[in-house]
Amino acid sequence: MTTTPRENGIAAGRLAGPVLQENFCDLHAPLDAHEAKVAADRCYFCHDAPCMTACPTSIDIPLFIRQISTGTAEAAAKTIFTQNILGGMCARVCPTETLCEEACVRNTAEGQPVEIGQLQRYATDRMLDRAHPFARAEETGFSVAVVGAGPAGLSAAHRLAMLGHQVVVFDARPKAGGLNEYGIAAYKSTDGFAQKEVAWLLEIGGIEVRNGQKLGDQITLDGLREDFDAVFLGMGLAGVNALGLGEDKSGVMNAVDFIAGLRQASDLGSVPVGRRVVVIGGGMTAIDAGVQAKLLGAEEVTIAYRRGQQAMAASEFEQDLAKASGVRILCNVAPVGVTGNGSLTGVTLAYTDTQNGKLVVTDETFTLPADQLFSAIGQSLSGAPEAVTLEGGKIKVDENGHTSAKGVWAGGDCATGGDDLTVTAVAEGRDAAMNIHTVLMGGK
Amino acid sequence: MADLTTTFLGITSPNPFWLASAPPTDKEYNVRRAFEAGWGGVVWKTLGTEGPPVVNVNGPRYGAIHGADRRLLGLNNIELITDRPLEVNLEEMTRVKKDYPDRALIASVMVPCEEKAWKDILPRIAETGCDGFELNFGCPHGMAERGMGSAVGQVPEYIEMVARWCKEATDLPVIVKLTPNITNILYPAEAAKRGGADAVSLINTINSITSVNLDSMAPEPTIDGKGTHGGYCGPAVKPIALNMVAEIARNPATHGLPISGIGGITTWRDAAEYMVLGAGNVQVCTAAMTYGFKVVQEMISGLSQWMDEKGYTKTSDFIGSAVPNVTDWQYLNLNYVAKARISQDDCIKCGRCYAACEDTSHQAISMSADRVFEVKDDECVACNLCVNVCPVENCITMEQVPAGQMDERTGKPVPADYGNWTTHPNNPMATAAE
Repeated sequence: MTTTPRENGIAAGRLAGPVLQENFCDLHAPLDAHEAKVAADRCYFCHDAPCMTACPTSIDIPLFIRQISTGTAEAAAKTIFTQNILGGMCARVCPTETLCEEACVRNTAEGQPVEIGQLQRYATDRMLDRAHPFARAEETGFSVAVVGAGPAGLSAAHRLAMLGHQVVVFDARPKAGGLNEYGIAAYKSTDGFAQKEVAWLLEIGGIEVRNGQKLGDQITLDGLREDFDAVFLGMGLAGVNALGLGEDKSGVMNAVDFIAGLRQASDLGSVPVGRRVVVIGGGMTAIDAGVQAKLLGAEEVTIAYRRGQQAMAASEFEQDLAKASGVRILCNVAPVGVTGNGSLTGVTLAYTDTQNGKLVVTDETFTLPADQLFSAIGQSLSGAPEAVTLEGGKIKVDENGHTSAKGVWAGGDCATGGDDLTVTAVAEGRDAAMNIHTVLMGGK
Repeated sequence: MADLTTTFLGITSPNPFWLASAPPTDKEYNVRRAFEAGWGGVVWKTLGTEGPPVVNVNGPRYGAIHGADRRLLGLNNIELITDRPLEVNLEEMTRVKKDYPDRALIASVMVPCEEKAWKDILPRIAETGCDGFELNFGCPHGMAERGMGSAVGQVPEYIEMVARWCKEATDLPVIVKLTPNITNILYPAEAAKRGGADAVSLINTINSITSVNLDSMAPEPTIDGKGTHGGYCGPAVKPIALNMVAEIARNPATHGLPISGIGGITTWRDAAEYMVLGAGNVQVCTAAMTYGFKVVQEMISGLSQWMDEKGYTKTSDFIGSAVPNVTDWQYLNLNYVAKARISQDDCIKCGRCYAACEDTSHQAISMSADRVFEVKDDECVACNLCVNVCPVENCITMEQVPAGQMDERTGKPVPADYGNWTTHPNNPMATAAE
């Protein structure tokens, strides 16, 4: 290895293998049995618990924690999976600090919530190598097409299969899992967890996954409506919003591709990263890209966000994680230009101001030296079928997850509603499945 | 600074905290360490007859009940009296007493229920320089099957008889240690007094099975697949023991009989509670077994601080102070009315008060959509369950409704005068109010 963090340009192998391994290990080490017991003891078993209300999938948190504390973590896992079949991944990626743990009454009591996410992981991890806890109902004779094998699609598929329907899941990518596999930061899903979870979920039976099937290319909505009794669309947001700056220069790329490449790399030492990296954006993707660039060995990483820190979509916990990793967060700045001839050498940022409630880019600029620029300014729906009505760039759904097209449901990031979180996608997939079941069985 | 020096039966110790006769006081090594840590006295682990000592099991001796965070709430044991030769114990006691003349050293004794056995052994033990005797009539396992321990303590006539023998055999103070495994603690206490005992100490341990191993289908602690009942002690038994102490303290026949309080004393506060209910001093075991001898330092500092705050200069200032306020149910003032009050500033919105009241009590707490919990005065009977289940101390309190004010539950004003069941119109046995 000859590369060092101080080498200019974009290069792989800035850090030695063992350092990379250390950098990308579990963000939170899993609780051992004793730690879980101590953590579980702190739960007050609240009435109509606020944590449960705060959970988009309404997991019965007090019950599963009590089950852990009485030595029945497997029963706890079943409590979780009953509401959220991707409870294992959600335990790792949920922004618990803005959901269940924020609502925990222990926050009011002593500013320290029960470690719900970690306890959920403790319980669900115990189930992964055990027999699948749910059995399928008798075959209904109905078949449902699910487009997208991400959290929404998998959640819908599992629920539909459990209810006795035959399910075919179509996914454009070579692997199932969606953002769980391609999107989230590597240190949140270690040891190939996303694929293990998919394999475990599919043990229910009745689900066929077909990869390399992109809606609009290999498959069409019309075709699916013809061949299946119902269709669920959960293909996420495959489009990436363009920055409109320096796309002609090498070193400028979108954060989503960077993260996906990193997640799929068999050797982190082969993932190239700049010496000085600038990330544009204020959401989770920006944080994930910035932190992982730093962990790969970038010397300087700056996240530039056009609004104030309060407006950042990334939670305070994520922001702190970035800062603790050595990532600088600059607020109230917007990119206005790039420098470099062929390869990127700098990003010019302008201070922003809010005037009459509108964000205004001022004339005051400065240039950060940079050899790599990631844009993380949001994703968008691409290739939406014409048959469904869109609203605000997303597939419009009603309270049942039903789209404007008869027999077509949608959920997850591609549909209206929700917070673009894994856990809300799971909830929407599950609830749409329940409605599909009601409609199909009602028609029988 | 308060003086914790306490004189019990003429035996003075620098503080009222004695170690009870139990594993911690089985030998010189432990007792020296205990005295160095600050314990005011020890009751040496029960001595038996001369000759081959008893034997203990070679498997587990203790079982436990845990609270949150595996805090030990209750412990039971199947250990017997000392399993070391009498002579060894006597030599050690002599050395220890010589080196710690200011500390109390009491010999616990258990020999067969024969006059000669008791009258032979007491003078021999007295040669150690010990300050007094405690007759172990309480041990509920092993020894009881041989006609000793609680087998004696459960028969008041035997207690009286043995106490009398002992008083005839020695001039030193004699304490009778009582077993709680009886129907009414007053019978053995009165018997001890009749026999001339100088004091009673209580409680000894309670017959118990702490848990059952669901794999081996045997009680814990399990020895080669079998278990037996053991003696239960620790914080969990304190309420039972406190009541028994109070019963003896307020019973006319035993009132004034010195009491050494035992049972789950873990903090200075526990000790103070025993003492205000009439215990002249206290004995501790499980707290030391759980945390080591150092716990006495918190007991000393805590009791001392509390005494200073209350203006007590010596322990006799408060011993027995709460006894006059222990009464029978029938004398409780039925005209006293209280209502629960929830401090919204302290409430953490867990809703446990609501669940408890709604599901199991009087439906007297309302819950709003934004989790504000409020007491419904027209339903609240002041049962105190909400106070007890609330995780935040003093968040919910019971507030007296002043006389003359409307009790919204009954629709009647709160009476100003005292009125109890004995004169209540609903009581068929009521005596006419004067």
